[in-house]
Amino acid sequence: MEKALFIIFAVVSVAAALNILLQRNPLYSALSLVGTLIALSALYVMLRAQFIAAIQIVVYAGAIMVLFVFVIMLLNAPKEAPYIEKHKALRFLAIPFAGLLIAEAFYVIRLVKPIQMPASDDSAQAVGTTLSVGTKLFTDYLLPFEVTSVLILMAIVGAMVLARRGED
Amino acid sequence: MQSSITNYLPILLMFLAASGLASILILLPRLLARRRPTEAKLRPYECGVEPVGSARERQSVKFYLVAMIFLLFDIEAVFLIPWAVAFPHVLKDPAYTPLKYVFYGEMMVFMVVLLVGLVYIYRKGVIEWNR
Amino acid sequence: MTDLLLEWTIKIAVILGALLTAVAYSVLLERRIMGFIQLRRGPNRVGPFGLLQPAADGLKLIFKEDIIPSQASKLLYVIAPTLLLIPSLMIFIVIPFGSEIVLFGRKIALQVTHFDVGLLYVLALGSVSVYGIALAGWASNNKYSLMGGLRASAQMISYELALGLSVVGVLIQSGSLDLVEIVRSQGGWNGMHWNVFVSQPLGFLVFFIAALAEANRTPFDLPEADSELVAGYHTEYSSMKFVMFQMGEYCNLIAAAGVSTTLFWGGWMGPGVETYPALSLAYFTAKVFVFVFVFIWIRFTLPRFRYDQLMRFGWRVLLPLAILNIIITATVKLLVS
Repeated sequence: MEKALFIIFAVVSVAAALNILLQRNPLYSALSLVGTLIALSALYVMLRAQFIAAIQIVVYAGAIMVLFVFVIMLLNAPKEAPYIEKHKALRFLAIPFAGLLIAEAFYVIRLVKPIQMPASDDSAQAVGTTLSVGTKLFTDYLLPFEVTSVLILMAIVGAMVLARRGED
Repeated sequence: MQSSITNYLPILLMFLAASGLASILILLPRLLARRRPTEAKLRPYECGVEPVGSARERQSVKFYLVAMIFLLFDIEAVFLIPWAVAFPHVLKDPAYTPLKYVFYGEMMVFMVVLLVGLVYIYRKGVIEWNR
Repeated sequence: MTDLLLEWTIKIAVILGALLTAVAYSVLLERRIMGFIQLRRGPNRVGPFGLLQPAADGLKLIFKEDIIPSQASKLLYVIAPTLLLIPSLMIFIVIPFGSEIVLFGRKIALQVTHFDVGLLYVLALGSVSVYGIALAGWASNNKYSLMGGLRASAQMISYELALGLSVVGVLIQSGSLDLVEIVRSQGGWNGMHWNVFVSQPLGFLVFFIAALAEANRTPFDLPEADSELVAGYHTEYSSMKFVMFQMGEYCNLIAAAGVSTTLFWGGWMGPGVETYPALSLAYFTAKVFVFVFVFIWIRFTLPRFRYDQLMRFGWRVLLPLAILNIIITATVKLLVS
């Protein structure tokens, strides 16, 4: 059961990810990315990372991708002109780089040791719940959390400066 | 009332059921309704006047700014939720008693920093639509 | 496992059936109340008191011509209504309709499921439903639709913030995102220990207003402001695709009523639910009905906001109020402990 579900969601996420690249219309690419994110969040749930899965949808699918879709709709970005046609030399560079990427992926996969998943109703599955994330985040990882608030503030100022440049 | 990971499965079931319903609703008129398209029927509706130009023009940058600011404050909300869930448990747990003021204080500091951001947004007039 | 799957499937079927009926009749209810408020009768010809009106309307709409405008982006135009309808239906699997009842010698909990991140799941679905509206506006390739879609999405994301922050006070009370736990945390005082009485009147006010805006209801119905945008993002939609938008909107309305009830008005809690568990279902239904009535009442009482007022209200009034509510709730909780 769990294996079948994993395969389904894995295939969906990879297929949607491929679709991002194959689509010429940027809006369809953005929507495929939303599909990938949703399939990935299903995989997170299966890894017992329930809180992260929910946050993935709220922040990535519900906020970041909305921003992307907005930009595409507002700018009315034209259909992508094939970049490769303009830079023929890049085509030959692509093959070694793709090979490198595949080799790297294999290396990482070999490196990771399989972990023992807690049984379905084990107390160990509480690792990914909101409560355990909350307690850990605000006790052991207090400083990174406070630094994040300053980071968000900087992002707000940065967004304003970039968007309002040349207006005054 | 232990909630286990299998409790997430109905999400998938409901998604399939809802998608099935949506597909039926899309297909029904295809099967039952007759179609007699004419050029005027398929034109974009502009109150009966010939459409002028395309709808896909560039829109005000304000919408984009609002989406950007929303994204940043949404991340703030995401931090508040696990904190709020853990807070009553920390207050109840005797092991955390010396820590409870720290636990309370750190979120207040976080919110003050973000309120500064909010005031900055007000001053910059992102929300002012008539400017 | 098969046992559990069967139980879920039956519950989902029951909920879908009940929900579609409720949607059909809340449309009728809205039209009747609109009639009475405007000193006319409203639809009362089809069946007794017009009770068969939804069926007649449904039949009519199925046989209406299904138009896809020639300049639209065909695929997006077709899937946009499903992107609004599907998330709005999916919310209902975590809403607890009642406590446990015994049926055919088997204990049955009156919700499809519950899990650790229940409330975040509801908020996530709310944030995803922006796509349906934004894409409908864009795909139609019509100026009114695009403007309506843009307005709707900017409005929804603005008020989503206040919505997300207004529930934090409830979480400080319950210590859980699981909606079943949230209802159980309101069980004291003979079933009257509701959050809205105890500590969250301000939180409820913010949540209620933000939920109105999320559901694009008056006074926040600018996305479909008839006098300026024809019908907003669904100007170009006809036949069942129009019905899907309508269904999605009314599902969101009922969901807003259900979630407000669950979070702030004790859910299915009330006096006597301990001894008579079946009473819980009645309490929940009654509370949701009152909310739906109030939503409709507001629609025909208040005028529409102007767009700059709407944005300013969301960001400068509602958002600070939500933050204030969190600070007050947390401080009181700390001092009481």
